[in-house]
Amino acid sequence: MPEQLIDHPAPESPSRRDMLKVGLGTGGALFVVFGIPSIAKHFQQDTDIASIVTEAKVETAPFAPNAFIRIERSGDITLTMPMVEMGQGIYTSLAMLLAEELEVGLDQVKLEHAPPNDALYANAILHRQLTGMSSSIRAFWTPLRQAGALARTLLIAAAAKQWGVDPAVCWAKHGVVSAGSRQLSYGQLVDAAAALPVPTPDSLALKDPKDFTLIGTPAKRRDTPDKVNGHAEFGIDTKQPGMKVAAIAISPVFGGKPKSLDEAAARAVKGVRQVVRVDEAVAVVADHMGAAKKGLAAAAIQWDDGPNAKVSSADIVRQLEEASKQPGVVARNEGDTEKALASAAQRLEAVYQLPFLAHAAMEPMNCTVHLRKDGCDIWVGTQAPTLTQAVVAQLTGLPKDAVKIHNHLLGGGFGRRLDVDGSVLAVKIAQHVDGPVKVVWSREEDIQHDMYRPYYYDRLSAGLDAKGMPVAWTHRTSGSSVMARYDPPLFKNGLDPDAVSGAAEPPYAFPNIHVDYVRVEPPGIPTAFWRGVGPTHNVFVVESFIDELAHAAKQDPVAYRKTLLGHNPRALAVLTLAAEKAGWGQPLPSRRGRGVSVQFAFGSYLAEVAEVEVAADGSLKVHRIVCAVDCGMVVNPDTIEAQVQGGTFFGLTAALYGAITLKNGRVEQGNFDTYRPLRIDEAPVVETHLVKSSEAPGGFGEAPTAVVAPAVTNAIFAATAKRIRTLPIDTNLLKFPS
Amino acid sequence: MAFTIKVNGMPHSVDVDDDTPLLWVLRDLLGMTGTKFGCGMALCGACTVHIDGQPVRSCITTIDSVGTSAITTIEAVGRTPAGQAVQKAWLDLEVPQCGYCQSGQIMSASALIAGNPHPTDADIDGAMAGNVCRCGTYVRIREGIKQAAAANTNRMGG
Repeated sequence: MPEQLIDHPAPESPSRRDMLKVGLGTGGALFVVFGIPSIAKHFQQDTDIASIVTEAKVETAPFAPNAFIRIERSGDITLTMPMVEMGQGIYTSLAMLLAEELEVGLDQVKLEHAPPNDALYANAILHRQLTGMSSSIRAFWTPLRQAGALARTLLIAAAAKQWGVDPAVCWAKHGVVSAGSRQLSYGQLVDAAAALPVPTPDSLALKDPKDFTLIGTPAKRRDTPDKVNGHAEFGIDTKQPGMKVAAIAISPVFGGKPKSLDEAAARAVKGVRQVVRVDEAVAVVADHMGAAKKGLAAAAIQWDDGPNAKVSSADIVRQLEEASKQPGVVARNEGDTEKALASAAQRLEAVYQLPFLAHAAMEPMNCTVHLRKDGCDIWVGTQAPTLTQAVVAQLTGLPKDAVKIHNHLLGGGFGRRLDVDGSVLAVKIAQHVDGPVKVVWSREEDIQHDMYRPYYYDRLSAGLDAKGMPVAWTHRTSGSSVMARYDPPLFKNGLDPDAVSGAAEPPYAFPNIHVDYVRVEPPGIPTAFWRGVGPTHNVFVVESFIDELAHAAKQDPVAYRKTLLGHNPRALAVLTLAAEKAGWGQPLPSRRGRGVSVQFAFGSYLAEVAEVEVAADGSLKVHRIVCAVDCGMVVNPDTIEAQVQGGTFFGLTAALYGAITLKNGRVEQGNFDTYRPLRIDEAPVVETHLVKSSEAPGGFGEAPTAVVAPAVTNAIFAATAKRIRTLPIDTNLLKFPS
Repeated sequence: MAFTIKVNGMPHSVDVDDDTPLLWVLRDLLGMTGTKFGCGMALCGACTVHIDGQPVRSCITTIDSVGTSAITTIEAVGRTPAGQAVQKAWLDLEVPQCGYCQSGQIMSASALIAGNPHPTDADIDGAMAGNVCRCGTYVRIREGIKQAAAANTNRMGG
C-alpha cells in the first residue's frame, strides 16, 4: 500500500520542484514564483500563510498506510482528496471521514488534490475517479473511515508495543496515543507504525456513530481561508515559467472551421507572439490576455459554417415532438396502463418541455499545457482527472505516465468539468507552441461552446378513479442521451438511465405505470451532464403533473401527495415537515401562492415549499423557500444548509431564466446579460429543516437544484391558476388580466 | 507604452498598450491572480478591485485610466478595517462555496461597509447585485455584510 502512493502521484517537473524550493525558502509558504523579481517580491509580501490545499507532492512520508493519509515525523498530517472540490464542501466532508477515525482535528490536517489514478482513487459508485452524480459521500463513507481506522489502529499498536501493554488499554485522540499517564504523538510513532503488518479493512473496528466527535457537527471548511484572501488557486490561476496565454475563437456553428483570417493584423498587436489555427478554432498566443484578445479581434476570422449552418431551436423541438409520438424503450412497466386509462373516470394529458442549458461556471473554461517531446503537463480543474489523462495520452501519442495532470480547486463544476473538451483543445493548440500555454475561454466562448443539458420533450397521461386517485400514469421522455456518449456501457438496449432518473421511480404509489424513453440527437449540438442530471428534468415534470392530478381531483396538493406516500415514510416525513414549517394552508394575499414538490434522488429525500407573488405585469417574485431534508446520516450539517441555499438558487436560475437557443446554427446567448444568473436582489429567503436520521448517508450536491422548479411553478398555479409546462417560465403568460 | 501603477501600496511598471484592461495587467503581468476573470463586460463583478477606495470592474478599466490612483486588490484588502471585517464574517459564516467569485464579492462588500456603516437590505441589493455567484451564496453574503458592518461600526465606536 505505501509503495503505491510513492509510485503513482504525478511527479513534478524539475522546473516546478525548483520553484517550490524558492517558495519554501522565503518564509515557509508554498507559492509559485516565476522569473521576474517584482513578482517574487509581491508574493513574499502577500503570501504569509501557506495554502491549506496544495498539489500532490512526490515527497514520501515515513508513515503512509494507504493512498489517503501521510504522517511525517514532525507530526504533519496530509490527507489526499480522491474527489474534487468545486464548492460542494467535499474536501471538508471527506477529511472529516478520515479525521474522525484517525482521531485528529480538522485543524491538524493539510489537504492535497489526488493525482489521476483509478486504482487508488476511483469512486465506488461511478467506478472511476469522477466527481459527480452527488456520489462522493455515498462512495467514500466506508472506505475513508476504514482508511482512518487503519492508520489509527497501527499507531495505537506501535505505542502499545513500545510500552509493552495491550493495545486495548491505549486510546488515540487529537494526534496523540495515550495509556494511563503515558503519551506519544503520532509523529513519534510513524516509524514504528510503518513497520507493523497491515490489517485487512474488514478486521478494523469502526467507531459507533454515537461516539462521533466530528461527523455530524458543523465543521469549518478547510478551503475557506484561502478563498477569502485571494490565495485559493484555481486552474485559471496557474503560473508556469515562460508561460504564454491564449485567447480562442471556436467556430460559431458546431462543426464549422476557420476559413480565413488576417494573421498579420493579429501579430501586429503589441504582446502577441503567435497565431495558431486548429481544426475548429483559432488561438492567439500572447504575453497577456489583453493582447491575446485584441489580437483575436484584429484577426477578423471568417468561418466555413459546415453542415449545421441552418440548425434552429424550432426545428429541434419539431423533431422531438414528432419522435415522441412513437413508443420508446421501456424503462418501467407495471400493470396495464392502457386498460386502466380506458376505464378511468377522468383522463389527463400534458406535454412538458425543458430547454438546453449551459453550465456557466464562474471560472470560465481554461487549461494550461506544457507539451514536450517526452511528456505533457496539464494544469486544470477537472472532475475527471483520469479521463483527461487518457484522452491527452491518446491525442499526443504519449504513454499515460508521461501525461501529468495537476488538478486544482474548481471555480464551479456543475457537470461541465466532467467533459474534457477544454483540455483536448488546449493540447491541440499547445502542439504548435514552444513552452507552456494557458488557454482561457472568453465568457462568450464558454456559453456558446458548452456541452448542453439536453432539451427534453415529455408526454404524460394519467387516469383518475371516481375519487380522483390515480389508476394509471404514463411518462414518455424524449431527448439526447448523454450516457450513450459519455459512458456507452451504461446505455443498454437503447435506454439512457439518466434520462429517466426521477421518472421511472417516482415516490408515489401508482397501480399501473409505464415509463419509456425516445432517444433523439439534435444535429451537431453536444449534450452533457448538468447539476441535478436526470432528476432536475424529471422531478419538474413529475411534480408538476402530480399537481395537475391533485387539482383535477379537487384536492389540496399536500394532502393529495400524502395519500400517495403511505408506503414511503421518509418522503411523507419531509413533506409533512416542509408543509408545517412553511405554514401550508394559512391564507395569503391575492396573487400570492404556495407550491410544493417532493423528491427522492441521489439517496436523499427532500420536500420544498415555495411562496411566490405574481404582479399584474406577470413579473414574478419568489419570497420564500422552505426545504425539509432527510439525507440520512449527515457529515457536515453546515454544508447541507449551504447546498440547500446554493442548489435552490442554481435550480431557480434555470427555472426563471435558463435557456440556450439556436438560430442559423449559432447559440443566441453569449454572456450574463443574455444567459441570466439569479442575482442577490432576486434571491429569496431559504430555510433548511433537517430530519434527524440514522440511515446511510445520501448524496446532496445536486438534490436541492432538482426540487425547486416545480415548487415554484406549482406556486404560480396556486397564485394565478396558470400551469407552467415549459421552462424557463414565460412571465408573459402570467399577465393579469391576460 | 510604459505605465507605473500603484497596487497595494507598491509601484509596478508594465509596458502594454494603453487600452489594456487592468485585470490582465494584474493577473498575467503582475501575477496577482486573486482578482478573477468572469465575463469581461462588467456583468459579473468577479474582477472587482478598489481604486481610491471605490469598487471598480477591472475587466473594463483600461490601464491608461488608472494614473497614480491607489489600487487595492483582494490580496491586500484585509489591511483595511472594512476588508478585515468582511473577511472575518466570511470565515465565521462559511460564505464561499467554489470561491471563484468571492474575491469580487468581498471587494464590493468591503467598499459598501466602508462607506455605509448600517447597510439596509436595499443598500446590500444595490451594492451587490452586480456580483454574480453561480453557487448561490447570496443568503450568507447578505448575513456576512450585516455582521461585518456591525463589527466594523463597533470598532469605530459607532
